[in-house]
Amino acid sequence: MSRRSAPAWPVWLVLLGAAALMSLPLPAALAPFRPPWASMAVIYWVMMWPRRFGPGSAWLIGLLLDVLQGDILGQHAFSLCILGYLTLRFHLQIRIFPLWQLTATVFALLALEAFLLFWIDGMAGNPPVGIARWSQVLVGGLLWPPVMALLDRIRERLEQRDRAFA
Amino acid sequence: MALNTPDSEQRGFRETSPGLRAAVFCLIAVLLMVTDSRSQLLLDLRRVLAASAYPLQLLLDSPVAAGRWLAENLATRGQLLDENEALQRRLLEQAGRLQRMASLEQENARLRALLESTAKVSDRVLIAEIMAVDMNPFRQRIVINKGSRDGVFVGQALIDADGVVGQVTRDQVFSAEALLITDVEHAVPVELLRTRQRTIAVGTGQVDRLSLPFLPRNADVQPGDLLVTSGLGGSFPPGYPVGTVTEVSSGPGEPFLTVSAQPAAKLDRIREVLLIWPGQATAAGERGP
Repeated sequence: MSRRSAPAWPVWLVLLGAAALMSLPLPAALAPFRPPWASMAVIYWVMMWPRRFGPGSAWLIGLLLDVLQGDILGQHAFSLCILGYLTLRFHLQIRIFPLWQLTATVFALLALEAFLLFWIDGMAGNPPVGIARWSQVLVGGLLWPPVMALLDRIRERLEQRDRAFA
Repeated sequence: MALNTPDSEQRGFRETSPGLRAAVFCLIAVLLMVTDSRSQLLLDLRRVLAASAYPLQLLLDSPVAAGRWLAENLATRGQLLDENEALQRRLLEQAGRLQRMASLEQENARLRALLESTAKVSDRVLIAEIMAVDMNPFRQRIVINKGSRDGVFVGQALIDADGVVGQVTRDQVFSAEALLITDVEHAVPVELLRTRQRTIAVGTGQVDRLSLPFLPRNADVQPGDLLVTSGLGGSFPPGYPVGTVTEVSSGPGEPFLTVSAQPAAKLDRIREVLLIWPGQATAAGERGP
């Protein structure tokens, strides 16, 4: 029950920050290798705090991404919602995976999300993105261990503080 | 690993199953997508959302803006004097050119009056800054810091000192999104200045290349030809430079020439753009080519 009183707003800040990082200006040469920060943050928090974060919060972050990136309204909301649901559905299994297996799972989830975005682009008649959409998945998978270590520290801080107050 | 947190045990106490909620949210997302791509109904919703996301964009832009402010304020006196001198020299040059331009404009108006065609009124402009915010990295889109509050409208042309930059695709309250002329979805009606041949310049997705796919094999076009906006289509006012033809080739058996051009505006390094309100009223609701 202790988790109920742990503050959720720092996590929302992290999620907002991840969404904002998606539109941080990068040199054109690096742009195809921008990691999908928002998806990674959503996977992490849904996996670790499944009572607080689920498809709904993922949907909200997705809508923000749509507005920031100027895509069709609902494109990221849809893909992140599916991502959030799948993570929630399997969070008990993937949480106890060793790191390499977890990384592989995240890789698969990110690839699925990229495929959904690609599919929606095709349905809406947007010009195809090409190889860059998939290089993002690769970078996201490779960066998962350090990102997870960082988010773990934030989560431990929050849970510790919570215990101190309880 | 001890991971049986209260979270996972109490999942059953939720009012609704996560699957149902996910399905509802996905359905809403699909409805949003269909409505947004097929109609203009969501424009106001997007305006509200974009206005609430504007602080985030300002925050992202702030380091770059601060850097520029510092560079401006920490310049030495010598640098400022040099810059001042260079600017004055340029002003003098341009004033000279403008004098000739004024007489030409008058002559043009007189001749047009003789021909009883509408005189071209000079256009109203407003300077906007490009915000340091990346949009979808796979598209050539930018965000500018002027919005519908300043009278920006959809379809409005953007130029810089060298030529046409793009056009506004979404007018939000404090900012606006614009499509660059090199985006794959963008096309500008142009004419070759030398021969007055009309054609269409289509974006390629590369920031330094336009393509002119609709020139027949017998068209008189050669590298170095200047492309200017033709004013047809109503989005862009006529006479602004768009680019220079760089390459002309024709494959055997193909009905059209393969012509590429380089945009006149340096699209990858501009910071400021001019928004144009053409003298003649153009269709304000037009949504790109």
